Amino acid sequence: MTDAIMTTAALPLPNATTPLLAVEHLTMRFGGLVAVNDVSFAAANRQITAVIGPNGAGKTTLFNCLTGFYSPTIGRLTLRHPDGKTFLLEQMPGYRISQKASVARTFQNIRLFGGMSVLENLMVAQHNKLQNASGFTIAGLLGLPSYRKAEQQAVDLARYWLSRVRLLDYADWQAGNLPYGAQRRLEIARAMCTEPVLLCLDEPAAGLNPRESGELADLLTFIRDEHGIGVLLIEHDMSVVMSISDHVVVLDYGRKIADGTPHEVKNDPAVIRAYLGEEEDEELPPEVAKDLEGKGV
Amino acid sequence: MTAISESAAGRALPWPSMLRESGLAAFVALLLTVPLVGFRTVDRPTGLGISTRFDEVLAAAALVFIGRLGLCLVNEGRALLVMVLSILALAVSAFVGFPTEALKVIAMGGAFVISLRAAMKINGDAAITLAAVYVALFLGPWLQLGGGVTLWLVAKSVIAAAALAVAVWRGLHAWRKHGAPVSLADRDKAMDRIAVKVQQASRFLGPVGIAFALIFPFLPIADRVSIDIGILLLTYIMLGWGLNIVVGLAGLLDLGYVAFYAVGAYSYALLATYFGWGFWICLPLAGVLAALSGVLLGFPVLRLRGDYFAIVTLGFGEIIRVILINWYQFTGGPNGISGIPRPSFFGLAEFNRNPTGGLPSFHEMFGLEFSSLHRIIFLYYLILALALVVNLFTLRVRKLPMGRAWEALREDDIACSSLGINRTNMKLGAFAIAAMFGGFAGSFFATRQGFISPESFTFIESAIILAIVVLGGMGSQVGVVVATFIVIGLPEMFRELEQYRMVAFGMGMVLIMLWRPRGLLAHRDPTIRLQGYGGGGTPAAGTAAAGGEAIAGGRAK
Ligand SMILES: Nc1ncnc2c1ncn2[C@@H]1O[C@H](COP(=O)(O)OP(=O)(O)OP(=O)(O)O)[C@@H](O)[C@H]1O
Ligand SMILES: [Mg+2]
Repeated sequence: MTDAIMTTAALPLPNATTPLLAVEHLTMRFGGLVAVNDVSFAAANRQITAVIGPNGAGKTTLFNCLTGFYSPTIGRLTLRHPDGKTFLLEQMPGYRISQKASVARTFQNIRLFGGMSVLENLMVAQHNKLQNASGFTIAGLLGLPSYRKAEQQAVDLARYWLSRVRLLDYADWQAGNLPYGAQRRLEIARAMCTEPVLLCLDEPAAGLNPRESGELADLLTFIRDEHGIGVLLIEHDMSVVMSISDHVVVLDYGRKIADGTPHEVKNDPAVIRAYLGEEEDEELPPEVAKDLEGKGV
Repeated sequence: MTAISESAAGRALPWPSMLRESGLAAFVALLLTVPLVGFRTVDRPTGLGISTRFDEVLAAAALVFIGRLGLCLVNEGRALLVMVLSILALAVSAFVGFPTEALKVIAMGGAFVISLRAAMKINGDAAITLAAVYVALFLGPWLQLGGGVTLWLVAKSVIAAAALAVAVWRGLHAWRKHGAPVSLADRDKAMDRIAVKVQQASRFLGPVGIAFALIFPFLPIADRVSIDIGILLLTYIMLGWGLNIVVGLAGLLDLGYVAFYAVGAYSYALLATYFGWGFWICLPLAGVLAALSGVLLGFPVLRLRGDYFAIVTLGFGEIIRVILINWYQFTGGPNGISGIPRPSFFGLAEFNRNPTGGLPSFHEMFGLEFSSLHRIIFLYYLILALALVVNLFTLRVRKLPMGRAWEALREDDIACSSLGINRTNMKLGAFAIAAMFGGFAGSFFATRQGFISPESFTFIESAIILAIVVLGGMGSQVGVVVATFIVIGLPEMFRELEQYRMVAFGMGMVLIMLWRPRGLLAHRDPTIRLQGYGGGGTPAAGTAAAGGEAIAGGRAK
């Protein structure tokens, strides 16, 4: 454990704040395919760290390693809580990462409990707290006041986050019936209800219109500033990434190709090449190019 | 008739393609029926011989040809014609002699299905009218006026009268306004509305039903047979509610639930016969043992998903049965265990005329005339209480973190894991608790029968319990009750069909599942509402079902 902290301290940090998460030499192989290739970076507390990169760059795979869905082929993932507790995420089973290490995540393709109500989704997120309060169901079955108090507090927390994501009026609606944007917001609220120290968001702005993206950016800065937690953000929408992130990590074909402030990354030739391709027009198949010319595009 | 079918009726019919399709269907039927029906083995004094019945094969293929042609015609917009013809065919085949009884059933069943299908193409009201007429015809008292007045006859007459009323009401509807043909989505919506209504009604219908169940044994219509049927229904309701925890709430398709029923029954029987312990000590022990077997099975199996899980539970159910058969020194093998002690009146009195165990007899204790009915009534109340315990547990646990976690697992278990829910523990919990309730039901079964053998715990039992849960609408407590009446009651209703009643039963199940794939009363109310909690909650603008549309509409403005 101490060893891990020391290595983390040796890594170059984006600024002086303590690193919340240190990713070191993370590699994830699927058979012959190296989805994440020797990636190291650090994410600080009270900062939004964006992870960007073209499709298939390995961003989601990185998240899946972080949150215990995959166990990395090589590498170390160290999470250090502000109170000093340290966790080696790569050695923990999936559910423990949320339960003990307090890492919450959302999914690229929304994973809500669609048949349950919005409020129930947020109550499920507070499962561990409530399960203890319900005396592993027995106190709950008996309807003891201690459980009722815990439930009231859980509802209060849910109500807080519902008002934050503007879903208070829809609390009793079936989650699956909400419009897309509302589902994305609900997923974030659900993750926040687990009271995490690190929030990992996988493309939260995907499918949102510009107004909704703006609101999302406000929500994320609110979470960072008012709740003082670290946010790890995968996002393709550059307007969101560049406006709110404190630190950007760029992946391409599983490798980290850049790491720095939004401004540094935006002007990094390697990043421009990765996004635009080196010789762009040659990549178009001839018949497509002809088609485009024919239409006068 | 609708615009579509009218325009279609003007067109010439594509006879060649229709004939080709029907021919193909008949050919497939031929291929299937030749081995299945065409040959049969007969026991001759000289040994096993084979007899053929190709006449039946041909008749079956011909019936398939006609039926398929009917369906083609329906699709071509001649629904009214097909409906009239198939109703005629149904009436004729009911009275005309067929070479065998089986063909008659097939012909009638086919005509029945096709006429309903055609009516559905015309419009929803026509289909409902026709279905109601069939129900009324089938259940009406005219089939057995000779017999005495039994509860069964009364029940059937009431249903028949209700169906007749529906038929008249809907028939008038169908006559006056010509609706569109019913699509699956329309049907689903209509059924959802009914499910919501039933759910709301169950809030006061539930207590009424329980009150009725409580006074039932003392009503004049209650006799030995009807109380026995009541016990049977309640046993299946209890098993359905138990399995509902695993299948309906946790979303784990358990095909071997009967294993826990068997473990409970054998635990009780063995404990009671080996150690001479009473029912009231053995009942909780049997529950605990069944729960333990649930955990033992759960540990290796719960890692599996979906179909694999179902297959392994199926295997487990069979393994338990095979062990019971083969471990004959302990379980009595295929002979089973007999002489299982009957329950005492809470350890205070026995239900025998002359008790031997030192306890007073029940009738003397209460100063009643001796009657063998006392024990049956006691058993009735016992299973009623057990079933209500399961129901109460489920209703409460759904509002607790564990119950919510089960439902969340059913919805998306990956998301559950990302929220820190220990999936294995939650699933094990569901499995163990459901197994415990199965074990209780098993002990009840053993004490009621006084005799058990592995034959009582075959796969068909699991299938029936699962059918009850799925048919009722997964997770719906009222649905289980309704479905039990259908699944256990239907075969009783079809007694007139004698050995073909299982065919009719199977057909009924297939029809219901086609008609309503999510189960009859699949509707779920949230377990917690924000309004119920004080504070700054604003009243929600609508119900969950209307929610999506309302938001979408609001945004469009
Ligand atoms: N479970 C898996 N098995 C095999 N290959 C996988 C698996 N998961 C991801 N991959 C592969 O790893 C590579 C990286 O995928 P990943 O989903 O991480 O990309 P991404 O950066 O999230 O892309 P996008 O922006 O499209 O979401 C892809 O080539 C993908 O096909
Ligand atoms: Mg991705």
